[in-house]
Amino acid sequence: MTAYAVPTLSPDLAADRPPRPVPGAMRDCRSHPAKPSHQEPLGFPGELVDGWQEVAVARLGELVARYQSLQVFLDICVKCGACHDKCHYFLGTADPYNMPVARQDLLRSVFRHHYTTAGKWLGNLAGARPLTEDVLDEWYNYFHQCSQCRRCSVFCPYGIDTAEISMAARDIMDVIGKGQKYTNEVITKVHDKGNNLGLSAAALRNTLEGLEEDVLEDTGVPVKFPLDVKGADVLLVTPSADFFAEPHVDGLIGYAKIFHQAGINWTISSHASEAANFALFIGSYDQMHKVASRIREAALDLGVKRLVFGECGHAWRVAYSFLNTFAGPWDFLDPRYPVPQHIIEVTHDLVSRGAVKLDRDANAGVVATMHDSCNVARAARLGDRPGGQFSLPRELLAACVPTFVEMHPSTVKDKTFCCGGGGGLLTDELMDLRIKGTKPRAEALRQVVEDDGVTHMVAMCAICKSQFTAVLPHYGFEMEMVVSLHQLIGKALRLGAGA
Amino acid sequence: MGAVFGGVMSFFDAVVGTLLVFAVGVLVLGLANKVWVYAATPAPLRIPTTPAPLTRLGAAGRLAREVLLFESLFRADKVLWALSALFHAGLALVLLRHLRYVLNPVPWPIEAIQPLGVLGAGAMMVGLAGLLARRLFLPSVRMITRATDLAVLVLLLAIGATGLVMTLAAPADIMGLKIFLAGLWRFAPAPLPDDPVLVLHLVLAAVLMAVAPFSKLLHMAGVFFSPTRAQCDNARERRHLVSWARPLDDLRPR
Repeated sequence: MTAYAVPTLSPDLAADRPPRPVPGAMRDCRSHPAKPSHQEPLGFPGELVDGWQEVAVARLGELVARYQSLQVFLDICVKCGACHDKCHYFLGTADPYNMPVARQDLLRSVFRHHYTTAGKWLGNLAGARPLTEDVLDEWYNYFHQCSQCRRCSVFCPYGIDTAEISMAARDIMDVIGKGQKYTNEVITKVHDKGNNLGLSAAALRNTLEGLEEDVLEDTGVPVKFPLDVKGADVLLVTPSADFFAEPHVDGLIGYAKIFHQAGINWTISSHASEAANFALFIGSYDQMHKVASRIREAALDLGVKRLVFGECGHAWRVAYSFLNTFAGPWDFLDPRYPVPQHIIEVTHDLVSRGAVKLDRDANAGVVATMHDSCNVARAARLGDRPGGQFSLPRELLAACVPTFVEMHPSTVKDKTFCCGGGGGLLTDELMDLRIKGTKPRAEALRQVVEDDGVTHMVAMCAICKSQFTAVLPHYGFEMEMVVSLHQLIGKALRLGAGA
Repeated sequence: MGAVFGGVMSFFDAVVGTLLVFAVGVLVLGLANKVWVYAATPAPLRIPTTPAPLTRLGAAGRLAREVLLFESLFRADKVLWALSALFHAGLALVLLRHLRYVLNPVPWPIEAIQPLGVLGAGAMMVGLAGLLARRLFLPSVRMITRATDLAVLVLLLAIGATGLVMTLAAPADIMGLKIFLAGLWRFAPAPLPDDPVLVLHLVLAAVLMAVAPFSKLLHMAGVFFSPTRAQCDNARERRHLVSWARPLDDLRPR
């Protein structure tokens, strides 16, 4: 555990004192490249193709013509630097290529060289350079040091979103045969088995039955975890980490208790036993579409009326913002409910109608704070009003714990810091980056732990939960302090009393 | 001097005049082309930075706050916001004030803001100087600065400085300029006032206009098409599908 250089936490916040850039600080931190067996099932070449420069430049042109975001963002950055100290990876690593503007310029410089008049005439004076092997290496390295959390885009005067740029760069790298192992391997598993873990239907059934026994033993209430039940009202699509990992699984138990108590007839599908859509991270419309289509197929096959997503950040982005595009129209579902719905929306509605009751005493001694997940905070919504993604979970949390404490305002809501493991970076070989990237969050957390006695940090994203439980111990926090929102809700829920 | 070099100067006048017409043409056509490209490029996925307004009208309001108040920049960096606001507001005032050189008769609001124009020029220069200092002295900003970023600032400073010299120290022949400019639009050639500062001012302004559509100055057009700001948040309510994505859509089971 001491193999990594863990940054020292400062009593004030990293965001208030951006580091002096240290060129090359993270040059050697790179994720494993994809093997042919991770590339080819997705339709990408197994290794770097002949004439990759031309292929890459052509793909760049194609993407720019297809995406208004790229077309505009590659032109209009004025290099004002408003974003430079907004990225958790820059704050944690001091590598100047982790300043959003510098990261974007890795791609923009190539675009300028190959596609703009200024770049052709002025070359390096206008920040233009051809796509060489060195440049491709920088792309691979630093576009896999972006978690696509969009914090920079909040502060950009033109809303330039580095996530769009890094997705495009990864798309191009996939197309020339230089993909990243972690993400592409996961997407391959989704196509094979229906989920990121490669969990078979039989193993899933086994796991869910085990959970039923656990909950029965724990509460004396026969809470069901149904799988592939045709004609169920609700199809729950949740990140597969919810079936196994801690504290994720406690969240899943929370959803099941809520459904049980509200008398909602629900099911999980073994065909779409995964909410995550890692194709987002590689910016591939085709792959995102294919992964999302499983959910449509499952909904049609099971004949459900509603679609509900479990706690997962990027999955909720794809679900909330893109699912209608990829897998809609949803005219065969019950029109009285939004499609898709988030489990937080379902629970919030039940609690506000009094259909289920929460009891704070069940979480006696808990002083909770909330980590807003980047994709929920800045790329989606909960409820029917802007900002519901902040108010709904907070109202639920406040209803199920005795004390709720907010972290520093520059680190919450739409200014929230990424956990440090999003965007396809949740892989062991990037641990150094992941630890450093968590620094801004760890500093804000330490403030409330020391000042307000915070005992638990609530997350509502599978990646946040995995990342924090792995990384926060390096900063001296207990991994048990990271909890699922529906874990606390499940505990506070009064089961049995007049459902 | 004008009498002695009259013939030469009038050739020179023609060059400056042509340069101005050319620059305005490049600016207008270049920007129009870019606006067309930005507007015509599809946006296959909904990507507003949330929380975002739920309606198109709301999104227009958000854009207006972005363009008029620099709302996001204010949240990012107060000093940078102040410098940018000084520069842009100053420039806006100065440009409005300049309308009197091309409009005849001069509308009363333009007449009314003439005294403010000098203040505007001052604000613009202070803002630009601050922005330049940031680029030169903040290590992280210096690292992302290219020659062209400095060139644009220096060009704007030089345009502002020559303008201020004419306003404060050596007044230019405004009537002469007005006749010269009117001559350009009406194809009725008239001599350019014999004033090196004015000529320099005009040439630098022409250069700025001509490079705008090829430089980061495109932000003035692009910001209106930035999907993270211009889109409203209605992905669940409305299905958005662009034409290039339709073939994939048709492959799905129903």
